Amino acid sequence: MTTTARRPGDNDFTIRIANVNGTGSASANSTLMKSLFRMGIPVSGKNFFPSNIQGLPTWYEIRVSGDGYVARSGRVDLMVAMNAETYRKDHADVAPGGYLVYDSTWPRSALFNRTDIHVLGVPLSRICNENFPTARARVLMKNIMYVGVLAALLDLDRDVIAALLKEQFAAKASLLEANQKALDLGYAYARENFSCPLPFRARTLGRTAGHIMIDGNTTAALGCLFAGATVGAWYPITPSTSLMDGFRKFCEKWRKDPETGKANFCIVQAEDELAAAGMVMGAGWNGARAFTPTSGPGISLMGEILGYAYYAEIPMVLFDVQRCGPSTGMPTRTQQADLMACAYASHGDTRHVLLFPSSPEEAFYAAVQAFDLAERLQTPVIVLTDLDIGMNDWMCRDLQWDDAYRPDRGKVLTAEQIEALPKFQRYVDADGDGIAARTLPGTHPKGGFFTRGSGHNQFGGYTEDSAEYREVVDRLLRKWDTAKTLVPKPVVETSERCRTGFLTIGSCDDAVREARDRLAAGGVPLDYLRVKGFPFGREVQEYLDSHDRVYVVEQNRDAQLRSLLLLETRTTQDKLVPVLHYDGLPLTAGFVIDAVNADLARGKAA
Amino acid sequence: MSYIAKPKVAHPQLPKNDLGFTVRDYEGAMSTLCAGCGHDSITSAIIQAAFEQSIPPHRLAKMSGIGCSSKTPAYFASASHGINTVHGRMPAVATGANAANPDLYYVGVSGDGDSLSIGLGQFLHAVRRNLNMVYVLENNGVYGLTKGQFSASADLGSKAKKGETNQQPPIDPVQTLVSLGATFVARSFSGDKEQLVPLIRAALAHRGFAFIDVISPCVTFNDHEGSTKSYTFTRKHAHVAMYADYVAPAKEIRAEYAAGAAMPVTLHDGSRIVLRKADGAYDPTDQAAAFSYLTKATAAGEIPTGLLYLKTGRPDMHELANTPDVPLATMAWEKVCPGSATLGKIQDRFR
Repeated sequence: MTTTARRPGDNDFTIRIANVNGTGSASANSTLMKSLFRMGIPVSGKNFFPSNIQGLPTWYEIRVSGDGYVARSGRVDLMVAMNAETYRKDHADVAPGGYLVYDSTWPRSALFNRTDIHVLGVPLSRICNENFPTARARVLMKNIMYVGVLAALLDLDRDVIAALLKEQFAAKASLLEANQKALDLGYAYARENFSCPLPFRARTLGRTAGHIMIDGNTTAALGCLFAGATVGAWYPITPSTSLMDGFRKFCEKWRKDPETGKANFCIVQAEDELAAAGMVMGAGWNGARAFTPTSGPGISLMGEILGYAYYAEIPMVLFDVQRCGPSTGMPTRTQQADLMACAYASHGDTRHVLLFPSSPEEAFYAAVQAFDLAERLQTPVIVLTDLDIGMNDWMCRDLQWDDAYRPDRGKVLTAEQIEALPKFQRYVDADGDGIAARTLPGTHPKGGFFTRGSGHNQFGGYTEDSAEYREVVDRLLRKWDTAKTLVPKPVVETSERCRTGFLTIGSCDDAVREARDRLAAGGVPLDYLRVKGFPFGREVQEYLDSHDRVYVVEQNRDAQLRSLLLLETRTTQDKLVPVLHYDGLPLTAGFVIDAVNADLARGKAA
Repeated sequence: MSYIAKPKVAHPQLPKNDLGFTVRDYEGAMSTLCAGCGHDSITSAIIQAAFEQSIPPHRLAKMSGIGCSSKTPAYFASASHGINTVHGRMPAVATGANAANPDLYYVGVSGDGDSLSIGLGQFLHAVRRNLNMVYVLENNGVYGLTKGQFSASADLGSKAKKGETNQQPPIDPVQTLVSLGATFVARSFSGDKEQLVPLIRAALAHRGFAFIDVISPCVTFNDHEGSTKSYTFTRKHAHVAMYADYVAPAKEIRAEYAAGAAMPVTLHDGSRIVLRKADGAYDPTDQAAAFSYLTKATAAGEIPTGLLYLKTGRPDMHELANTPDVPLATMAWEKVCPGSATLGKIQDRFR
């Protein structure tokens, strides 16, 4: 049973729109997606865009799923081909029985010659030229016009679309009028020329109440805002840039002191990622909640500071919005290939606490947790998302905030506590959890202390003495054990007697869950575990112990999650079956199902 | 000589500053540098300046990178926090620390390898941000800890201890910073404490990036004949271009200055620097004139010293960011977390 064998149905289909970058299609596509969302139908929007500002091909894919499966579907039931350059590929990508809409002002019947799909030509350019006077409007209005065509084909609620346009152009009455007109023209053409609606269509459903459509860079930025982060340092890099853009925008609105007009935040655009990491560490050393958003190449550059902060025990928070590596790789494609680089970033014996949110919703909470963990453990915490989570709009449950929440600032001594001490000793582990109390600069003369990345003893003094050196690095291992109990526990769903299961991470979640449901429906039940943090805790070990065969699903070539499991737990090579998706596109359920079926078939053959 | 513990007892007659501290309260651990190292003289000048400025010792924040120079923050102000960061990255760490808390005196100590090679980018960008800190570059033209390689400040034609001749032109931090429009650019010599202490005091009072390039001979690897960073060479060629007398706030300018030769400049805290020209018509507040003077004097083989360029009134990083005077690090929770009602409002945009 593979994805491609499935047929589209009402509230169960995928639309792909092929556009040219920089032609204003983004807002039309978002209007289309949001109208489905407001009709109460679960939906997801994935943007496949080039590393380019204008002129190259870009695709937007909307999956409509009444059942709530919003991973990439891997199939196209309705293609809107707006880019003549990619006609050939777009035509080929339509699933048998599917539909292709294109601008038939210039008919291309010779090219669109498949007999197993339906080609619907709409003279979008001609209609625009006849109805809009300016060159700019003629280009822009084609976009909303195809939304009108789809509204007819899919029976979308036109009142919902009209309301969305009103909100979008609240301040520009003339634009609103033009957009509404283009929408109506497209709708009317489709109704007159095609049999509407198509055999698969949208039907109003009540499944999106209490949800928002949001991307993970925005939710992570919100997490930083609500966690009380005050210093942000960054160097622009795709796909993480919109995280700091979002943080700045939220701070401008919600962090300006109403009385003084002062900014209760400081954002520094650094000269490179080495500096961005150094700034975050400096702010952490001085007691601020500070963070930097970056991606793989940035992590490579931040290695030295990460090692310093690990050894000198300074809190800092990083967001690695992973993209396709190695090297520059494909900056606008997604992957989970920085797991090893983050887990052991920097030379020497270093290990870092990692969080793996699976969605924009979890990214919000992970951001808040990251600051608490960094300050509690006095160490860097890296939140690993990816381009799919960071930049695509996902349907998420409403984010919740508990007003009783107070930040865990960890073991930071007050002036009074320092005063009461006979002598402050920076790295003495008083209570056995591997974490020593720290002081902040300027608090009290008795709290003064020299932070160094060179060998130091438990009193913070310089050392080249073997025993003194070991005392500190061995304590860091005790702290690592404490970290295992503090990072978020995995999501575990097991049933009795099931000895086979999935183990996955981050944005694989939706696709693996869908695969699991469909495999179960086909008589192959599988257990499920998704890791949410590193180091792995007791629950991960127990899951591995209680299963004979574990499909480790991840989005990289080298099975990095599987490697981490082999390094950090007591498990064996033979029971961990790698399921690896690494072409730069988000994972699909079909890929996972095929991998499991292939493995089962191999098992039977053997 | 670090195995010799420093005596803790202070002489009861030691002079006290306005806060009741003696100079001993600004000292640190025993230096582990070579005997006669210029850096130790600079350390003692910093101690003297901080004492004279009556800065509470624990309100200093000492920043450094890696190298001989960068070890020295351990040798002064042991009551204060210090951070010996990674090589060439002190400016970034200082930037973050300063962003979190503007209310400390940041004193960075770096070297020519740390600032002009591995850390040149960060150094110049801290200048661009006009980060409010004192930045002392202990300049000896040589890598000490790795035993004698030329640094980026080594002069053309200067000779290494083993006889090799430097064939690449130097990066002159003073000319570079004047060209960038840094707000406080000075040069001094580790052997001239009389010049150095008032310069450090003025630098501490300056709001913005206060840079002092201090020629600091390396007695082990770069104090021989043929070196242009030796004690002998520096003494012979150092040329005071501008005297700078620091005048604390509310103190009167008492010294007699020849008319036209003295120029008092008021700093943001009300203190003043009286600039006295040692060298004809030279206006250290005129960027183009200063740059022209410096390039000519350097080409003539002189080492111009003193407060060589000063620009007051340019906003520092915090003024540009419009941040409050109180530390962001410890800001009240209700000022930083907008609360659940706001989260609801924000989410309405995403429906």
